[in-house]
Amino acid sequence: MLLSVDHVTRYRYDRPVRAVMQSHRLTPSKFDGQKLRDWTVTVSGGIPGGSFRDGAGDRVQGWMVKGPVTEVEVRVTGTVETLDLAGVLRGHREVVPPEVYLVDTAATRADAAVAELAAQAAGADGPLSMAHRLAELVAEALAYTPGATQSQTTAAEALAQGKGVCQDHAHALIACARKMGLPARYVSGYLFADAEGTPHEAAHAWAEIHVAGLGWVGFDPANRCCPDARYIRLGSGLDAQDAAPIRGIARGVVSESLDVTVAVQSLQQ
Amino acid sequence: MAVTQYFNEMYQGGKVRPPYARLEDWMKAMPAELRTLKQAEAEDLFRRIGITFAVYGEGGDPDRLIPFDMFPRVFTGAEWARLEKGIKQRARALNAFLVDVYQRGEIVRAGRVPSRLVYQNDAYEKAVAGIKPPKGVYSHIVGIDIVRTGPDEFFVLEDNCRTPSGVSYMLENREIMMRMFPDLFRENRIEPVDTYPEILRRTLASVAPEKCNGEPTVVLLTPGHFNSAYYEHSFLADLMGIELVEGQDLFVEGEFVWMRTTEGPKKVDVIYRRIDDAFIDPLCFRPDSMLGVPGLMDVYRSGGVSICSAPGAGVADDKAVYTFVPEMVRFYLGEEPILQNVPTWQCGKTDDLRYVLDNLSELVVKEVHGSGGYGMLVGPKSSKEQVEAFRGKILADPGNYIAQPTLALSTTPTFVAEGVAPRHVDLRPYCLVGERIELVPGGLTRVALTEGSLVVNSSQGGGVKDTWVLAE
Repeated sequence: MLLSVDHVTRYRYDRPVRAVMQSHRLTPSKFDGQKLRDWTVTVSGGIPGGSFRDGAGDRVQGWMVKGPVTEVEVRVTGTVETLDLAGVLRGHREVVPPEVYLVDTAATRADAAVAELAAQAAGADGPLSMAHRLAELVAEALAYTPGATQSQTTAAEALAQGKGVCQDHAHALIACARKMGLPARYVSGYLFADAEGTPHEAAHAWAEIHVAGLGWVGFDPANRCCPDARYIRLGSGLDAQDAAPIRGIARGVVSESLDVTVAVQSLQQ
Repeated sequence: MAVTQYFNEMYQGGKVRPPYARLEDWMKAMPAELRTLKQAEAEDLFRRIGITFAVYGEGGDPDRLIPFDMFPRVFTGAEWARLEKGIKQRARALNAFLVDVYQRGEIVRAGRVPSRLVYQNDAYEKAVAGIKPPKGVYSHIVGIDIVRTGPDEFFVLEDNCRTPSGVSYMLENREIMMRMFPDLFRENRIEPVDTYPEILRRTLASVAPEKCNGEPTVVLLTPGHFNSAYYEHSFLADLMGIELVEGQDLFVEGEFVWMRTTEGPKKVDVIYRRIDDAFIDPLCFRPDSMLGVPGLMDVYRSGGVSICSAPGAGVADDKAVYTFVPEMVRFYLGEEPILQNVPTWQCGKTDDLRYVLDNLSELVVKEVHGSGGYGMLVGPKSSKEQVEAFRGKILADPGNYIAQPTLALSTTPTFVAEGVAPRHVDLRPYCLVGERIELVPGGLTRVALTEGSLVVNSSQGGGVKDTWVLAE
């Protein structure tokens, strides 16, 4: 598919701030499933900083906005050609060993209930079918319910209430997979929703599980599928915070409000 | 418990060992009143200088003076030459290991170090995987804690690859001894240690990033005056002639880090940081850190600034990885280790755990990430109840503990209330790694002032001594 993205994030401060620092992971990953046609990130009043590809294969770009400012706009626009690889992250170059993604974080720590859920996948025929089974279990255990959770909600908390959004689905699947000894990580990106209108968020997140022999494979429990040509992958991390497309801090901030709009469209080829 | 023979560094078989020959005369010629007077003078000097901090990570009252013992600890030139070779070898191997585990991890692939110990280690920083710091150096100041058990027997107790502290004591102890006993320094040919700050500055400058043209600007980044080692931070910055800065004095703009000065922003090329990884950049590590510099890691990773020690260096120095340092020496350098490790049992391994539990009253047991002599068991010096209580702690979390035999730490003469008596000592030399590897002849000798005690940490009643290396 040929997908176009227009993603605007607007930060507003109730008083002028002295400076805003950001670190972006806003460039689509390089792998066999996606090819960049054009891609631009602009930051209003921003001075670009260092740029590099990190050990996980993500393109990272620093930005700085000199104050005083009361508003900063980050705009991402571009087009990407995508292929359906059934979730397999083929041709992605990275140096971080999969084992690193067995380490727990606060958001992905398994409690007794998570462990119990994960244990239902025991006896699966190999890691790939176990991963699929875990994704199904998480999809069944968590009803897609916008507004039921916050950005700080942990996997255990979301599962306890049985509701959540894509971030919670991803955290829950990561927690379960790690509990079963499978390396797992959080992936942030975009999703094009077709006319059928399955529940989704255009600024989307899912999980990847490492399967020996196959490599990293994506699973999207929120949509009960593996990422296909409708997905654009940006970057990964141990959890949502670690994989955040934008990490930022404002100097001298009193109160900040955030407004995000994302449009992902399919273009005629 | 059998009576242990301790190696006395001054007396062997009733005779004085040669390096201490002149000190015996000095000691004998000093009447008790003069000694008391001198001791008071030394304390007064330390207080006036303001050096009252605890050795980093040891906790305790930050304003408490660490006791200074005037009786120097002495090495011959030959003894030191061998130590120096061993220390430098170890520092090279540790840095080779760090470069490797953040690149291809050959030592793990070869099965020489368990991957879990490296890649699931709290100190492994995914954020710097694939990043090769200038000159391939992660740990620029390697503090190696060494104990002696015989004339030629030296063992490494632990490695400190992040920000080992205490070097200001090495410098101050010497300074004060020279002021109080100038004659001693005329009668003995003692190698100087006061070159340390200049060598440190040169080492830091030698790892400036490629993007830096011209003379690099080096700064020392401190968490601030409430930190227990703040005195050392300002002391070293002063001696090196570099700026002492806090996070708020630095900012990131474009591809570089800048320092606010009265003449406007000045580009910073090398940061000698005394802040832990977790706090140096809220955009990369802990988002709630107020101590660091937002955006610093992006500049570092894109080659705009050097950070010493490099983020992620801690993966080489925990007590479980320690076991494999001799293996690192063989693997990377193709050499046999000159300095030996203390035999170590990993309580996380079933067989080791059984041995440890069966011999608890004979062993020293430590937490893998512990420091400062806290949370450890010295079996032979503990009561039955203490041993049993510790057994419960080990069983609750075996992977968190390692055990070592109780070492017969050497003793050196030490001034005590009754006169002069042997007390146990260790040694922390500071190896500097940049374009070259350098070691000033000396280090910090810590002494367990309590009779019979084997724990030299200042938080547990330890003191410090001047450490001499005699010129050949």
